[in-house]
Amino acid sequence: MSLLQSTQFRPDPTTPTTRRALIRAWPEFQNPVAWLVALILVIMPLIANGFFLIEIFATTLILGIIALSLMFLAGYGGMVSLMQLTIAGFAGYMVAVFGVSGNANISLGWPWWLATPMALALATLFGTLGGALAVRTEGIYTIMITLAIGAAFYYFTNQNWAIFNGHTGINTVATPHFWGVDWRADIAFYYVTLGVAAICYFAVQYVSRAPFGLALQGVRDNSRRMAALGFNPNAHRIAAYAFAAFIAALGGVLQVWNYRQISPGSVSVGACIDVLIIAVVGGITRPIGPFIGALIFVLLRTFALDVLIKFGLDGNRFRLLIGLGFLAIVFWSSDGVIGLWERWRRRSASSTQRSDGGRHG
Amino acid sequence: MDSVAQRLSVVGAGAALELRGVTRLFGALAALTDVTITVRPGERRAVLGSNGAGKTTLFNCITGDFPPSSGTIRFFGEDITQFPPYERIRRGLRRTYQISALFPGLTVQDNVYLACRGVSRSRFSLLRPGQNDALMHATETLVQAVHLAGVKDQRVAELAHGQQRQLEIALALAGAPRFILFDEPAAGLSPTERRELIEILTSLPAHIGYIIIEHDMDVALRVVESVTMMHNGRIFKEGLPREIESDPEVQQLYLGGGHE
Repeated sequence: MSLLQSTQFRPDPTTPTTRRALIRAWPEFQNPVAWLVALILVIMPLIANGFFLIEIFATTLILGIIALSLMFLAGYGGMVSLMQLTIAGFAGYMVAVFGVSGNANISLGWPWWLATPMALALATLFGTLGGALAVRTEGIYTIMITLAIGAAFYYFTNQNWAIFNGHTGINTVATPHFWGVDWRADIAFYYVTLGVAAICYFAVQYVSRAPFGLALQGVRDNSRRMAALGFNPNAHRIAAYAFAAFIAALGGVLQVWNYRQISPGSVSVGACIDVLIIAVVGGITRPIGPFIGALIFVLLRTFALDVLIKFGLDGNRFRLLIGLGFLAIVFWSSDGVIGLWERWRRRSASSTQRSDGGRHG
Repeated sequence: MDSVAQRLSVVGAGAALELRGVTRLFGALAALTDVTITVRPGERRAVLGSNGAGKTTLFNCITGDFPPSSGTIRFFGEDITQFPPYERIRRGLRRTYQISALFPGLTVQDNVYLACRGVSRSRFSLLRPGQNDALMHATETLVQAVHLAGVKDQRVAELAHGQQRQLEIALALAGAPRFILFDEPAAGLSPTERRELIEILTSLPAHIGYIIIEHDMDVALRVVESVTMMHNGRIFKEGLPREIESDPEVQQLYLGGGHE
């Protein structure tokens, strides 16, 4: 029952067993901050206008989902994959190719409910094959192989006109309409992304403590010992790539629906690295990290320009800010923003304890 | 020896483990040279030898951590020379490591649970175990068997050395082991812990054979019925514990002559 509650906290021994099990399984259920964040996210359309809803929050959630797939691989599997955005982009291209778009000579015109599962399946296959290549290596070489896959895909989309329509990409991609709802309308689309993000978040959380996720962490910590326990470490790694690819593909489908177009620029090497930055800035030890990282990234990308101009600087330097922030976080906290937050909370907790002790003394 | 003969009759004839001409090279260095060993099912044997005699390399060849450079290894009649480690483990082979190879970030229970999972089906299960999960029960039993029930929810990194050694043994007992390789299980244990270790080893079911590498003669010779002496990567001598103990060559080589 106590399968991998190891990571964070020890429940109060007086709570009844069933409740304790529930808390172990879903630690965020006990955290008032998590409930507050969930509430705010749900009522967001009442607070925020269309711009914030889509450009900030939906975009954050989508990038968060893609970075979450990297967090799963890096945090639980110890594998840093730079191709997660490429997988997402591949899924986006497949939605455009199989579905309906402005480029009728390329798109096959399938309805969205056929095109989307097809895109998810093909992108998962793509990610699994890439993973099967990458697991033959470790550490820096995994990064190199996945980066090579990302770069190759970028140049391929640039040069292939038959399927990917070269550097112009595919435009006016159709988005789902059914039950009389335009699911790309601001509020509906926000809830779609929120729903998918929540499912992905809880799926990663759940799987991390299921036998598969536990074994993956075992492979990360000591793959030789795992083999001596009867596990095939590489098979586990490849399965992790498949799982992560599916999550990244979901993000990619949402992304192409969000922008209604996809072009090589969406799968550039720079964008691949952005996903790594998002995951590392947020923190790769918990599924919440990538979403925090994505929010910081999107806020900076959107507003840094205005702020910089206000200070009389070139607005295009927002990447400099992101770079400096990245540097600072990696320098001060190996575990991203959530690492900083946890340290701050621990320190304030211990200082309260000290002052309590002083009073009693 | 009557009890031994009795015990061995339970498990039948044939070889549990059969090494023929096993050689392992590390570059130009031969860590093992032409090692031939046959161990019957249920037999318990000690491998002795000074540091660098090739004892741990022998284990690594048997489990496939480092495959042999030449020679064949048979496990209950099956040629496993080319098998990856996990295939050997799934056939009932187990090992412990000289330096504890555990998962320090996980709890004691999770470590044992992983070991039980590894030799079961559905290693890829995405479902968390429920209240009545058979493997969870197996885990509980195993944790109790190695006297770690009191610390089962602690992270392994927080355990004392002796407890880690006991956990190391628990991982090797998961599932249905048929043959176990113990690599210096008593290293760094206190006298009390050594007694517990001897008790665990001697109370293993009769059909489970093992090879134990152990420097502590008091432990090694009390839990085995045969001894193999290794020297410079070769088999130096084989025999009963008392023969080896009283062998002048062995005393010269291994016990430094100062042992009584």
